[in-house]
Formats: sequence, C-alpha cells, structure tokens
Amino acid sequence: MKPIESIIFAVLVAISAYIFLRRIYTLFNFISLGKWEDRFDRLWERFKGMIYYGFLQKRVVQKTFGFNHLMLFWGFMVLLPINFEFVISGFFPKFTLAFLGDTLYTILCFLADVMSAVVFLAVIFATIRRVFFKPYFLESTKEAYIILSTVGLLMAAYFGLNVTGLGLNEKPFESVPVSAFIAKLLLSNNTSEKALYILNRVFWWAHASLFLFFLIFIPYSKHLHILASLPNCFFRNFSFPKSLPRMRFSKDISYGVSKITQFNWKDLLDLLACTECGRCLTSCPANIAGKEINPKEMIHHLKKNLMENGSHIIKSRPFDTIGRPPEDVELPVALIGNGDMSIKEEMVWDCTTCGACVENCPVFIEHFPKLLNIRRHLIMEEVKFPEELISFFENIEARSNPWGLAPSERGKWAQGLNIPTFSSNEGHEYLIYAGCMGSFDTRTKKILISLVSILNKVGISYGILGSEEMCCGDAVRRLGNEYVFDSMAIKNVNLFKKLGVKNIITICPHCYNTLKNDYKAFGADYEVFHHTEILDKLNKKYIFKPNKALKDERIVFHDSCYLARYNNIIEEPRRLIEIITGKPPIEMEKNKKDGFCCGAGGGRMWLEDDADTRINRERAKQAIKENPTIIATSCPFCITMFEDALKEQKDWENIRVMDVGEFYIEGIIDNKDSEDEKKNEEKRRVANE
Amino acid sequence: MHIVVCVKMVPDTTQVKIDPITNTLIREGVPFITNPFDGPAVEEALKIKDKYGGKVTVISMGPPMADSVIRKAIAMGADEGILLSDRVFGGADTLATSKVLAHAILEVSKKEPVDIIMCGKQTIDGDTAQVGPGIATRLGFNQATLVDKIISLDLERKKIVVRRKQDEWHEIIEVTLPILLTIERDANKPRYPSVPRRIFSEEISIPVWNNYFMKLDLNSIGLNGSATTVKRIFAPEKQQGEIYAEDENGNGVGTLVGVIIKKLEEWKIRSIQNG
Ligand SMILES: Cc1cc2nc3c(=O)[nH]c(=O)nc-3n(C[C@H](O)[C@H](O)[C@@H](O)COP(=O)(O)OP(=O)(O)OC[C@H]3O[C@@H](n4cnc5c(N)ncnc54)[C@H](O)[C@@H]3O)c2cc1C
Ligand code: SF4
Ligand code: SF4
Repeated sequence: MKPIESIIFAVLVAISAYIFLRRIYTLFNFISLGKWEDRFDRLWERFKGMIYYGFLQKRVVQKTFGFNHLMLFWGFMVLLPINFEFVISGFFPKFTLAFLGDTLYTILCFLADVMSAVVFLAVIFATIRRVFFKPYFLESTKEAYIILSTVGLLMAAYFGLNVTGLGLNEKPFESVPVSAFIAKLLLSNNTSEKALYILNRVFWWAHASLFLFFLIFIPYSKHLHILASLPNCFFRNFSFPKSLPRMRFSKDISYGVSKITQFNWKDLLDLLACTECGRCLTSCPANIAGKEINPKEMIHHLKKNLMENGSHIIKSRPFDTIGRPPEDVELPVALIGNGDMSIKEEMVWDCTTCGACVENCPVFIEHFPKLLNIRRHLIMEEVKFPEELISFFENIEARSNPWGLAPSERGKWAQGLNIPTFSSNEGHEYLIYAGCMGSFDTRTKKILISLVSILNKVGISYGILGSEEMCCGDAVRRLGNEYVFDSMAIKNVNLFKKLGVKNIITICPHCYNTLKNDYKAFGADYEVFHHTEILDKLNKKYIFKPNKALKDERIVFHDSCYLARYNNIIEEPRRLIEIITGKPPIEMEKNKKDGFCCGAGGGRMWLEDDADTRINRERAKQAIKENPTIIATSCPFCITMFEDALKEQKDWENIRVMDVGEFYIEGIIDNKDSEDEKKNEEKRRVANE
Repeated sequence: MHIVVCVKMVPDTTQVKIDPITNTLIREGVPFITNPFDGPAVEEALKIKDKYGGKVTVISMGPPMADSVIRKAIAMGADEGILLSDRVFGGADTLATSKVLAHAILEVSKKEPVDIIMCGKQTIDGDTAQVGPGIATRLGFNQATLVDKIISLDLERKKIVVRRKQDEWHEIIEVTLPILLTIERDANKPRYPSVPRRIFSEEISIPVWNNYFMKLDLNSIGLNGSATTVKRIFAPEKQQGEIYAEDENGNGVGTLVGVIIKKLEEWKIRSIQNG
C-alpha cells in the first residue's frame, strides 16, 4: 500500500464518517421531535431484552425465512472486528489484530471467512426469493436490490482480497478455509506476482469503497433498521399494550395525534426501526379480509412523514438545535390524508385493535396504539367519525349501553332466577358484572344464566349490580372517545369502591380487560376473573362427571384476542373443553397468541361493516376448514360474529357456536338437572308473557 | 344574524315509570335530558351560523340545574346561554311559559336584535307544541311551525324559505324575518360536541335571570299566571301487555309473529283484513 493510497483513504473515510454521523445526528433530531415518555426504567431488564430480541433475534427466527436473516446479521457481527482491522490498516498498513493473541486472531479470521461465505449465500437466497418467489408482503424496491448487491459485492471483494492476499503470502491458509479453497481453485504457481498485487489493490479499493458506500447508505435506507432496531428492542414496552395512557383534560391542550410531532419519541423511534419484513401485514385480519388498513404501509407512511416534516422543522431552525418544536408548529405534510406520507382516514377506523401486528413484529413496533391516538384526535377535536357512531356515543352517554335501552332494564336477565343484588355486608364474595351484552343481548344472557346455575350448585356467593350497573366503556375508549370513557371509568371505579367489591367475574373479555387493565389508572382495587378462569378453578376443586352428551362433538376453539393476546388466558378454556370431550379442541392454523380476530374488537362491533370485507366471514371459513360441529369461543362478540357469518351459507347452518363456559356447563349438568332447567326456563318465559 | 334557541330540560320519559298503585309518574332516579326536539333546533341554528356567521343564544326556563341543557347547546357550538330560573316561574302552563320566554327574548334583543327564534316542535313531557307559537304571537314575529328543512335564507331581502312537514305532504313557504320556527325532530342529526367545546361549556358562566331582574307581574307568570291546571296524571290502562317470545335458538321475530297471531285469535281479532 502506497502512502498516497493511505492519504486518499483517510480523506474518504473522514468524508464518509462525517456524512454518516451527520445523518445519525439528524435522525436523533427527528426522534427528539416527539413528546417525552419515560422508558428508562428497569435498565438491566431492557438490556437483557435487547440481547435476546436484538442480537439473538428471538422473534425474527420464529418465521421460516428468519433464519436467513439471523445468518446475515451474525455474519455482520462477526465481520465487524475484521472490518475494523481493515479500516485501520488503510491508514497504517502494518496494523493487524494479531495482538489479540494467536488463538483469538485465528478464530476471528476463521469465523469471518466462513461467515462471509454464509452471508454471500444468504444474499443469493434472498435475491432468488425476491426475484422468483416474491411474497406479496415484500416490495421489490430498488433500494432492496442496491443493498443486496452491495452486500454480495462486498463479500466478493472480501474473498478477492483474501485470495490474492493468500497468493502474496500475506495470510496463513489455515485460518481462512473458504478463501483457501477458492485460492486453490483459481491460483496456480505461475500466476504472476505483479498481477496478483494489482488485483489485490483493486479488490482492496473495491472493498473499501463498497464498505464506505454501505456505511453511508445504511442510515438513508430501510437498512436504517440495523441501527434503530437494537435501541427499539431496548426501549420496548415490557408487556403487550393492553391499556392506553390516561389523559388529562383541560383548556388549551390538544387531544390525540394530528401531526407527527404529537407522538411520543418512542413512537418515532418505532418508525425508524421498521425492517419492512411485512409480518404485521400478513397477520392483520382486517387487511386479509380486504380492508384498506395495512399496518406495514402505515408505519412506512409515518416514517416518510417524519422525515419530510422533520427535515422541514430542522431547516427552519436558526441553529442546529435538538428538541421539540412548539405545539402549534405548521407542518408541510398532513398526517391524516391521502398520499404516501399520510394515513388515510378510512384506515383509522378499520383496525380491530386485535394486536396481531404488535405480537408479530420482530422489533417491537406498536402499530395500533398509534392509530388509536389518531382516533382520539378525530373524535375529540375534529368530531369526524363514521356517522353510525353518533347514536352509539349518545346512547352510551345517556343510557350507558350501546342500544340506548332503558338502564332500568339492565337487571332484567336475572328476573326469576333469585339472584341477589351485590352487597359486601351480606358477604357476597363475587360481583358478577354482566356487561352490556350480558344484560341486553338475548344470546349472551344465556351464558350468564348457565354460569349462575353452576355457581349456585357449588354454593359460591355472588351478587349483581342490576339497574345500577353501567357500561365499562371498552369500545368508547378503543374508538378514541377518551373524554367520555374517563368519566365512565371514574363512575365505575367509585361504585365498586363504594360497594366494597373485591372480586369480579365477567363473561366478556372486553369488560375483563377494561375492568382489570384500563381501570388501574383510575384506582381499581379488586381482582377480575373471566368466567373460564373461575370454571377452571372450580373444576380443580370439584369433580364433575361429564354427561357424554357432548363427548363426540368436533370442537374448534377460537381465541378471543382480548383474552389470549391481551391477557394470556389461553389454556383455561382449552382445559374445560378437554374435560368434556376427553381430548383437546381442534386448533385452527392461527391460534392462541397468533389467533385471528373475529372482527368485533376496537369498537368495530358498532361500526357498519362493508359486505365485501367481513373479517368474521374470513375467520368462519378458517374454522369451517376444520370441519367442526361446534365452534367454541369465550367472548360474546366473537359468538355474535360467528353466528352472523354462519348464517351466510346454508350448509353452515347446523354448526353451533358456543361459549366455552356454556359448553362446559352443558357437558357436566346431568340430564335430570337440565330437564329442571328447561322447565324453569319455560316458567320464566310464561311469566314474561 | 342573531338566533335565539329555546331549549327545555325534560325527564327522559322513556325511563319514567308509572306507579301501578297511585298511577302517578315515578320521577325518582329518572335522568333529565335536553328535550329531543330541541337538539335539532340548536343544530339548525348552528348550520345557519356556520354558513352566514352571527351569533346563537340559548334560553331555557327551568330549575337551577337546567343549566345543563344550556351547556350542552354551548358544547355543540352556541355562543351564550341564559337560564330563566325563579320559584315564581314554577308550575307554568304554556301561556305563562311563553310569556316569560318572550319577555326574556325581548330583553336579549335590546342588546342585539333577534332575527330568528327557534323552538323544538314540541316537548316529550308536556307535548303541547304551543310554546313556540305563543312566543311568536307575543313578540309579533312571523312563524313557521313543523319545519323539517331550511331551504334558503336571503339576508338582504330578509326572507327565509322553509319546508313544513304535514301528515302526507310537504309545504314550502317563504316568510319574512324576524321569524320563529318550530323544528321537527327528524330535521337533522344534531352534531356531536368536540372536547374543547365541552370543556369550554363546562367552564363558562351562565347568567341566571330571576324575576327580581325580569320584573314580570306575579299574576301573569308561574302557577298564578296559568290558565290551565293539571288535575291528574295517569297512565292509560294497559289492556294487552307485553308479548315476549323466542325459540330455543334465540330467534325472536319469526316466533314472535306466531305468538302474536295466536293472541289475536284468542282475542277474537281474527283477521285484520276482515275488519
Ligand atoms: C304531564 C304534563 C301535562 C301538562 N299539561 C298541560 C296542559 O294541558 N296545558 C298547559 O297549558 N300546560 C300543561 N303542562 C305544562 C306545560 O306543558 C309545560 O310545563 C309548559 O311550560 C311548556 O309546554 P310544553 O312542555 O308542552 O312545551 P311545547 O310547547 O311542547 O314546547 C315547544 C318548544 O318550546 C320551547 N320550550 C318549551 N318550554 C320551554 C322552557 N321551559 N324553556 C325554554 N324553552 C321551552 C322548546 O323549544 C320546546 O321544544 C303540562 C305539563 C306536564 C308535565
Ligand atoms: S391491531 Fe389487528 S386489525 Fe389493527 S392493524 Fe394490527 S393486526 Fe390489523
Ligand atoms: S412494523 Fe414490524 S412487522 Fe411490520 S414490517 Fe416493520 S418490522 Fe416488520
């Protein structure tokens, strides 16, 4: 290496480093445009998570092609020290890492050599996949090919450099087996040293320029994720976003998000960390059913919005400062609207908040909470939302139920069943919170009635709220109407406190999640149980003999998102089914935490559904594929959605949709009891007439 | 353009029960709401304001807590509100009510002349539909009742064209301002308030006018000024009762039709066609 080469190299390195660092500074500046949010707690745990998910790519490898990525990533990790050596030796040709000791250095060279080959193959695989077997969720952008060819060429240059180096006796053969193998193939004894030297320099410069190009290109491309995903795993939310932050209401503040700078900084970091892998997209039930929403595209559009508006803000500042712009800053690109830097308004209402996107993202990006923040803005500030929601909100506000039925009718389901009103003085251990569906929906009432029948049998003491009960507000909150939700939460928590409620049973996963997780910020101080949890407990305590009536049914089980993904209640319902049938339920392809939403979550239950893009139809088809006689689930909304979907086809009509609790109770009640029960029901009906 | 809207606080009558023994209304625990016809009246006023600018003032006569219905209208977008509240206004029939309201509007127009007054067509508790016309008569305003659509407004010629809803037809008329309109419930869907407006409406202070301020003759208002008295309120006797039916799959409608036909047969109303 000639001194002039070193000087040219040094200049190039300096320029590239400047461009690289400048870009990093700008990106940091973009992130700091967001609102402050404390993500600096439990640092050790965060660090461990970063190693686990960032370096060991725990989530990446869960999908088939993830292994290829793991190889690429670790290839790069191993090549880091060797490339460090490469750069320094560009300034000081004598520099090597040999001072690390013979063994370590040999291992390093060995690994680098082998991993370079692996990376080269991984690049070829990835290219073949993109060109010939392109999955719909990946885009074939120019950028992707630039990256793939740069990496491929970089590896080729590496081998060229090594092979010529071997020819010039610069390296021992044993430490670089792959290069040695190629050298043996290509080099012969009469290869001229001059030619070797020239080739060596050519490869060196090719390697150097590709390396520097790659360095600059990373933070300008989607490969920015190489830099941003590690901190994103570090600053991740420790749990699934089952609740939303409580809001403050006062004059002169804004509600929700209508421009990119109103997100928290971590939301903005999310945008930079996206790898564009498309896993969120392939798991989104709304997208699969044909709706407008596309979580991957949403993140991508938001990222572009941040870059565009962020550059504008930074340019308009007199000095190169960092920090939040004023709240009323004017931005050139709107957040809500059409175009590839904005979020379409329709898309905002398509989301069921099922959380499949979040669950599947390898780098812990939180998609739907961002949408909910936009909903908050649209509802609370702009009052722009699908028309049918006006009556929904008005009914909830005036009558505390979605249909606007008289609150005095709330306890009616319990009429004639001898169910007491809850009173802690009378020693009621549990409060049964019926919820709006349980109180007013004919189908759901039956689930409650079957539940109390077994509670009576084992002598568990409970009470209900009757006409005093109010809606929990789940849909109101998920639709973005936080102002109304806030007062509902306060009223409910106060009521529970006043009555001394310690344990609540609910049959609805949405009530469950709201009472348990949303109300925490409002001072909730009680335990909440889904009825499948209670039945599962009872089942351990008492031995009920299954009555064989349901033994031979083919049960497909569908997980409610708000139970499985949100609250980890996965095995309880399955155990209950197994007790009755003697075998675990049939699983659909998408199950448990990777389940597929019925379409009713996030307030979508109360929105008009476009006939061509029904999520429930999609899910029903998946269930039908398993040829069930009964579809069991554990949520009143899921039941409604399945029953509606099954009505669409004549030959689906014979399939029953059942609540797991109901199924279990029907399976253990012996025939005499159920006869009695039928008579009782008849009596009630007559009484009502 | 200055529009005054009259809104009344009423008990949510769908939640009012009749005491089976005394046959009187059980008002306990029944929430109060804005008269459902008055929301559309506010909305019509706001639509005019959105288009032509101006100001919307809301007036209500009622107990002190009736300020809630005024605040609701302000949350929707009305500019100010006045609560007419005094014990001596109590027990008023439509005559006395419209006197007090008319007087208050006169007072308001001293500061800023009133071009349009809007009332709901009727209330859900008193149901008379007389207050609006009563106000117009007392103030010498033109009036158009049963309006379900405002078609156009010509500020220069001071003319308004409205559609009136009749039993089987519509009537389109042009009237000269100042005018009082009574608005049908289905004229529009009242807007949902934004949170900043709600917070504004909660914080704004609503002036309360009592008779010390209004100085009306005690014999012309309240119970004393009323030409009618309510002697007794009772529910019409229920003859048929509720019918509730569903089959084992929870399907209501089909089964219900069967049950109704059976009942009708029992009651010897065999065929509706045959009379
Ligand atoms: C059960 C019952 C029976 C009654 N029977 C009679 C009766 O037979 N004869 C009689 O004269 N009175 C009667 N009254 C009293 C009378 O109806 C009301 O109290 C009277 O003040 C208003 O009449 P209204 O509610 O029928 O209003 P309507 O004339 O139906 O109301 C039309 C519009 O006028 C406006 N308005 C009415 N009242 C107010 C108010 N207080 N503040 C602001 N705006 C208002 C609203 O815009 C409303 O939509 C009865 C009241 C009740 C509760
Ligand atoms: S929460 Fe569910 S519906 Fe919403 S974007 Fe994510 S995957 Fe799609
Ligand atoms: S948001 Fe996550 S899952 Fe979706 S494309 Fe980006 S990295 Fe993949």
